[in-house]
Amino acid sequence: MAVTSGAAGESPVAPVKSPTEPRLSRLRRFTNGARSHEETLWRIGGRVGVLMPLAALVFALTVLIIKAYPAIRVNGFNFLTGTEWTDGSSYGATVHTDGVAHPMGSSFGALPIIVGTLQSSAIALIVAVPISIGAAFALTERMPTWISRPLGFFIEILAGIPSVVIGLWGLLTLGPILARDVYPIVANRMPDVPVLRFFRNPTGTGEGLLTAGLVLGLMIIPIIASTTRDLFDQVPPLPKEGASALGMTDWEVAHKITLPWVRSGIIGATVLGLGRALGETVAVALIGGSIIHFAPNIFGSMTTIAATILTQLDGAQTDGTGFAVATLAELGLVLAAISVLVNLLARTIIRRTGSLGPSVGPN
Amino acid sequence: MADTQSMPGSRRRTVAGIAFRICTYAALALIMGPALWILLGVVVRAVPHWQWSVLTNPTKGTTGGLENAILGTLILMGGVLILAGSIGVMAGIHLAELAKPRRSGKQSGGFLRTCSDVLSGFPSIVLGYCGYVALVVGLHWGFSLLPALIILSIMVIPYIAKSTESALRQVPDNYREGAAALGMSMGYSMRKVVLKTALPGIVTGLLIALAIAIGETAPLIYTANFTDAIPSLRLIHTEGFPYLTYAVYTFYNQPGAQAHNLAYDAALLLVIIVLVLLIVSRIMVARTQRYSESRGR
Repeated sequence: MAVTSGAAGESPVAPVKSPTEPRLSRLRRFTNGARSHEETLWRIGGRVGVLMPLAALVFALTVLIIKAYPAIRVNGFNFLTGTEWTDGSSYGATVHTDGVAHPMGSSFGALPIIVGTLQSSAIALIVAVPISIGAAFALTERMPTWISRPLGFFIEILAGIPSVVIGLWGLLTLGPILARDVYPIVANRMPDVPVLRFFRNPTGTGEGLLTAGLVLGLMIIPIIASTTRDLFDQVPPLPKEGASALGMTDWEVAHKITLPWVRSGIIGATVLGLGRALGETVAVALIGGSIIHFAPNIFGSMTTIAATILTQLDGAQTDGTGFAVATLAELGLVLAAISVLVNLLARTIIRRTGSLGPSVGPN
Repeated sequence: MADTQSMPGSRRRTVAGIAFRICTYAALALIMGPALWILLGVVVRAVPHWQWSVLTNPTKGTTGGLENAILGTLILMGGVLILAGSIGVMAGIHLAELAKPRRSGKQSGGFLRTCSDVLSGFPSIVLGYCGYVALVVGLHWGFSLLPALIILSIMVIPYIAKSTESALRQVPDNYREGAAALGMSMGYSMRKVVLKTALPGIVTGLLIALAIAIGETAPLIYTANFTDAIPSLRLIHTEGFPYLTYAVYTFYNQPGAQAHNLAYDAALLLVIIVLVLLIVSRIMVARTQRYSESRGR
């Protein structure tokens, strides 16, 4: 009855009111009212909060589709199959195709960009998956907690380092060292036969597909490794201990008991990492070389969809017809479609296995 | 020889086991090595040229200090904490406590949860593009705080929702039942019992979301751009809004040693802020774990 304390000193001789109806200040009445409606308030707040992601998605997709629509009509299928990417002459005549104005000679074939995106992400996965699984084994099997906990935190730190810092390191530190000391070892020994030709000289300066893929791999390792570690922790110890007791080596326990137990979870984590690699922007823009063509070899310069949007949007403004900006919206739509599909696939796989979602990163 | 006859291939198996061990430790080293390399690389490049005036002078083109960028990043952090924090936590509360599963065994909040998942996989540069086209140009807001804040918040809301939800799910059902048995209303028990218990987990998620948000560059370049001026709290119609990642992204290849030094100074400051956020979140996790372990089940 703390609420009556104010009223008590104010009117000691006033007619005694019923104790069940204390005199309340206006503020008190308001907050008490709010308190009795508290459940409603929570429900409204929750409903509003949970609708926001939907609103954001609708906003983004609407903007993209409206903006990209003229570009989709003019570029047609050439956008997905063409290999030439030119803004056209911004000083030349403006031509109209299907009622859409665009500079003369503009041609937007995004195939090299799409292929570059897939290539760099593939390299990232090839690097990241074995390393992540290996490290998750090292962290969970036979390692005392006082070592594995700090090491796990270190992986969390790697996830938190801003991508622009990692990109700068890849560009100025890792790339030159690899190009000088490591790439020639491979490039000089590769025979000149169809597939392996891709790995031959020149090794360039370190700005290019392989360096970008390696750095992307480093960036998605925390996602895959921490999810895999959590999955390994969920494997019940009895089957593992039983297998060990039967004389299996660590390797046999790992690939006959532990890995099959969490296989689909690892696939889900991998696809989640792939989604991050596909959408990573700044690091690739720094390291990839940002040239729109098919990478001549694995060391050659390249670009990805995300990096292209970042590096081209500024210059696209010079196109007075706005067609270049519209085409970038179409590019964004392609990337969004790929990322969303990959992400949904991963969530479905993870959810089916009943394991938890990733513990790091929003992507 | 008798040994290998009784157990065929036992030596091969032992060797394979040891090789596997070595491979797992090598994999761990391949993560730790580059991570340390990056962190030490930033420190080694930034510290020898470090001047405290960096903290007190704003940028002048590609020279000067970083005061405006530091303030801008801190303002962005605060804004994301308010905007994305409130929305994300509310969404997490809804998903964990309020949404009812339509069928038993299915997860609650089916469609809206999927929306949150899809948004979490949405490429950040595409969101930045949308912010530029619709907010900066479309609504004539110009490069300013509000569009940057909205786009950054959109990025981290799914993460905050997810971490809030899992923090709430770790609150034992006994607590809710006990609160209900004492006659608490649902709203009161939510505030006094459930949220209070889950608070460390929720705050941890918020801190990590902040670490993610301040490390972003792509969604900010075309929504906030940059300015040499000290940032104000004006939401729209400014010339630009400074932040640290921009300095790293653009200054490193500008002519002049001072520009390079500023890029590395900004990288160092970013790494320090992220480390502080992560360490505080880790300490919170450790303390709550010790707390719950000591109380037992």
